[in-house]
Amino acid sequence: MPSLDDLRKRIASVKSTQKITKAMKMVAAAKLRKAQEMAEKGRPYSDKMDLIIQNLSKAINDPSNAPKLLVGTGEDKIHLCVVMTADRGLCGGFNTNICKLARKYFDEAIKSSKNLKIITVGTKGLDQLKRDYGKYIIKKINLKDKKKLTFLDAEEIGKQIVELFKNKEFDKCFIFYNKFKNVISQIPQQQQVIPAKIEEKDKKQEEMSSYEFEPEEDEILDDLLPKNISTQIFKAFLENSASEQGSRMTAMDNATRNAGDLVDKLTINYNRSRQASITKELIEIISGAESL
Amino acid sequence: MEKNFNLEIISPEKIILSEKVNSVTIPSFEGEMTILLDHIPLITFLRPGILRIEGSKESEYFVEEGTVEFSNNTLIILSSTIIPLENVKGENISKMIEDSKVLLAKENLSDKAKYIVSHKIDTLSKINQ
Repeated sequence: MPSLDDLRKRIASVKSTQKITKAMKMVAAAKLRKAQEMAEKGRPYSDKMDLIIQNLSKAINDPSNAPKLLVGTGEDKIHLCVVMTADRGLCGGFNTNICKLARKYFDEAIKSSKNLKIITVGTKGLDQLKRDYGKYIIKKINLKDKKKLTFLDAEEIGKQIVELFKNKEFDKCFIFYNKFKNVISQIPQQQQVIPAKIEEKDKKQEEMSSYEFEPEEDEILDDLLPKNISTQIFKAFLENSASEQGSRMTAMDNATRNAGDLVDKLTINYNRSRQASITKELIEIISGAESL
Repeated sequence: MEKNFNLEIISPEKIILSEKVNSVTIPSFEGEMTILLDHIPLITFLRPGILRIEGSKESEYFVEEGTVEFSNNTLIILSSTIIPLENVKGENISKMIEDSKVLLAKENLSDKAKYIVSHKIDTLSKINQ
């Protein structure tokens, strides 16, 4: 049985932890609103970009001449995985979920004897992956110092990836990130960016073929595909930051509630043992008086 | 009949403009073009230049690059570098021209890049006048 003093100290400590988690929750909630807004505002751009590329790729008749970024190298040996995580912890399962998905994929790739190359974005993912997959990591990108992520940051990463692709360093590229569904659920995603995924849609074929291109299709694609990769990465950034804040908010909300429960329990314990000691003292006094 | 069509200007961060307009002049990669109602479906991309919009009110934007799609009387302009012309001010322009000139002086520049940069300088110095 802990002494009264111990209990009092524990209650005070849990209460101060609760204050911290509560504050973190508030901050996350405020940031979430901004991040969510940005993610929603960013969606039209990537959607439209996607649409244009779909239209363009349908206009290409000869796949052998098409840009490699669109159709791939034709091989499937080296996979580049870009794992995007947060730079800060204390956000529930956010980072772990991405890493879990990535790990699963890495293990499969290794089993089917594919070459693996990993780029980590954000420090938390690096921390979790470097132990098992350290030798595959070719680049670590850290955005901790950036206050706000802009399209330029995404473009920078996109350029590096395209550069690697041009040097024939990999055949396929995937990005891992969390898609923001709502505040309580974020879904880890694996998305293929190189070669670009083309959905088969035949019904609008005739309408599509009537596009006029200026300059030629492949020239536009040459310009557009690297941009599309940057766009995809930027989208992943936005989704990720909204997810991170959402995840943190839920985690901190839970923590605050748990701390509250704990304080209640400890307070009952404290009151009981205080009552017990009072009763004990009374008994001692009474029995002392009786014996006289 | 009204002679307007939908224009959407979208940057990665947000939708900059979405309204009905009468005509849009875009600095397309191979030269300026004006788009009116019932233009044929078109996909092209932009070089640095000035984008003019005529509708209920006229407005001008400075763009560096972008992708344009026109179909079903909807013009979509995707650009990460688009600024209203009145926000492009004197000192900034001089600096941007200087930067571009430094870039142009580099030897390993491709013809395409040279073309783009020289257009940027041209446009900027025109604004500056």
